[in-house]
Amino acid sequence: MAEIQSYTMNFGPQHPAAHGVLRLVLEIEGETIQKADPHVGLLHRGTEKLAETKPFNQSIGYMDRLDYVSMMCNEHGYVMAIEKLLGIEVPERAQYIRVMFDEVTRILNHLMWLGAHGLDIGAMTMFLYCFREREDLMDLYEAVSGTRMHATYYRPGGVYRDLPDSMPKYQESKFRNKKELDRMNSVREGTMLDFIEDFTNRFPACVDEYETLLTDNRIWKQRTVNIAVVSPERAMQLGFSGPMLRGSGVAWDLRKKQPYDVYDRMDFDIPIGVNGDCYDRYLVRVEEMRQSNRIIKQCVDWLRDNPGPVIAEDHKITPPTRVEMKDDMESLIHHFKLFTEGYCVPEGEAYAAVEHPKGEFGVYIVSDGANKPYRVKIRAPGFAHLSAMSEMVEGHMLADVVAVIGTQDIVFGEVDR
Amino acid sequence: MAEFFASLVPQFAWDIWNWFPPLVHYLVITLFKILVVMISVILIVAFSTYFERKVIGSMQARVGPNRVGPLGLGQPIADVIKLLIKEVIVPSQSSKFLFVIAPLLTLIPALAAWAVMPLNSDFVIADINAGLLYVLALTSVGVYGVILAGWATNSKYALLGAMRSAAQIVAYEIAMGFALVGVLMAGGSLNLGDIVEAQAGGVSQWFLLPLFPLFVVYWISGVAETNRAPFDVAEGESEIVAGFHVEYSGVAFALFFLAEYANMVLISTLTAIFFLGGWASPFEGWTFLNDISFLSWLTVGGLHWLFLKMCFFMYTFFWLRATFPRYRYDQIMRLGWKVFIPVTIVWIAVEGAMAWFQVGPWSGLGA
Repeated sequence: MAEIQSYTMNFGPQHPAAHGVLRLVLEIEGETIQKADPHVGLLHRGTEKLAETKPFNQSIGYMDRLDYVSMMCNEHGYVMAIEKLLGIEVPERAQYIRVMFDEVTRILNHLMWLGAHGLDIGAMTMFLYCFREREDLMDLYEAVSGTRMHATYYRPGGVYRDLPDSMPKYQESKFRNKKELDRMNSVREGTMLDFIEDFTNRFPACVDEYETLLTDNRIWKQRTVNIAVVSPERAMQLGFSGPMLRGSGVAWDLRKKQPYDVYDRMDFDIPIGVNGDCYDRYLVRVEEMRQSNRIIKQCVDWLRDNPGPVIAEDHKITPPTRVEMKDDMESLIHHFKLFTEGYCVPEGEAYAAVEHPKGEFGVYIVSDGANKPYRVKIRAPGFAHLSAMSEMVEGHMLADVVAVIGTQDIVFGEVDR
Repeated sequence: MAEFFASLVPQFAWDIWNWFPPLVHYLVITLFKILVVMISVILIVAFSTYFERKVIGSMQARVGPNRVGPLGLGQPIADVIKLLIKEVIVPSQSSKFLFVIAPLLTLIPALAAWAVMPLNSDFVIADINAGLLYVLALTSVGVYGVILAGWATNSKYALLGAMRSAAQIVAYEIAMGFALVGVLMAGGSLNLGDIVEAQAGGVSQWFLLPLFPLFVVYWISGVAETNRAPFDVAEGESEIVAGFHVEYSGVAFALFFLAEYANMVLISTLTAIFFLGGWASPFEGWTFLNDISFLSWLTVGGLHWLFLKMCFFMYTFFWLRATFPRYRYDQIMRLGWKVFIPVTIVWIAVEGAMAWFQVGPWSGLGA
């Protein structure tokens, strides 16, 4: 008798649920998954190698392109590693701005995740609801850095510039009348901080709206409860971090365990799951959005009352202002040196990790004293999560693979680097 | 009215017409009726895609089509033209003959079922006495096209889609059939026109209330039968890309699309006929309305009521799609076999017992 072979199916890289370029080779019996073999590398751009060939500051932009839905958190990990090597102090206001934007980024990432996860499981409306709120946060990115996605806003020693005094406004068009325009612009009249505060006030109601569609929905629960259960011990062995680890019930959050910047002054809770299934990870992430909202609110209150410098004054590392350059030879030289050669970093090595929306995002830099890093290693949380793919989907059905890809919150920019 | 139109036609034309034998008269009139029904169904299908996009658009905080023509009403026509001029790609590894006829096999039953549909108290193409069986048979035949398409494509995704579709249709066909047994018992006839007549007398006489569990089962099975969200596992966009029609393009795809929407319109109309009194007016029993001159039209039944009821169910289709996540394939099976079939059997038993013991709304049936 001929030997029975299981059905091999190629899932991706061109697939609506592949979240970019995931290629899974699935071995299935009927609809039940026997084995899932993720093939990575289709989005490899050699970020680590590229960083070795450029002055330190020029690689900040590459960090945005790693996990391209949580841009500023990637930058944060990188600039923190450089700061550690340089041993410079970051002004307090810059630390608050960074924390605020880290949390804005967390909400951005979780909204993208919620929308995509919902869409994968078939709740199409979720995607558009999430993008409605994402739009406001993207405007924040644009207001502060000039671009909606790849901000390149953080610098070793602080941030590129202070928060702007006004928000960009919508303009009239054929499809948008005056009344509609006034309604849309009404929240954008004040400063950027006013706009953020308004956002933090209305965002909890938006999260409630998402939850009415999903949290108690019978179909949603049938699709996520008891799917891809990971025990706390196993989650640690697999190198999980972030919501994937907390969903399994391990209260591990770098913002609490090794606070960086001003996280130790923030009042927030870290939600953890009980069963370690897709549904718990969903609940954890939704709660994280609410907690991020709390942190943003605290940052806004502090930033309103405390003006000050947003980048270190050490002009060997940070550029002088334009005004200074006009009549100060020293500043002009600093500027020229910084934008041609860059700055040299003392010999040594440093690892800095931030609590990225997806987990622990770490950057390890080895410096030989030159103006370029000798080696950069990026620890991307998604890579460890993707490695557990086969284990998580074994014995489940084809439709659950999509749910697992969603729950892992995979972004290939960081996995393939 | 009829005399007025008849007077427009010159006498010699009538003479020629009368010269033909009655069989020819019958054929010509029937063909004309078929043409009218087909064209209206296809127009309804075309504009229901527009309706769907607008409805879902407003539910999803966006605007929907608004560029082609006034309010975007030209969008369906633009879509049709686009699909017609696209190339039909036949995969080299497929069975070409089956690949090409599969879309036709899905579309034809969806349109043929309209033959027994009573659109008005006196308009029906074929007034056959086993109309309900005919409808059941044709809606089941439609799945052959889906299975053949999935198989003939010779693609793994398409095959999975076809398998899912086959299993799903078998499960829900049974639940649907049982739900209709209840309608048959209450209506006392297999003729769709008679079933509507049996519901005459206003909302209280409709089968909606006494057969409510069957109505729910029939409606949900109908959604599953048409492969619409949340039961769209046969297409399962995020899992098996497009399922059985993954390799279809151009006109061939358009036929599948047409069949899907024609089936939706069909199921909506059938639900209206079986449970909501078909063309009957919901205000039929409200005789006091007849005394108010400008409201008296409300109590008169007609095609417009059937159309409104159909639109309501179409709207529900879209509403479901915008609200719910997709079921998993095994969960659909469980719902069909373990929930719907027992519910329908129990309710048929209840209905039979009540009729036998002369209680409730069916006291007259047992006699």
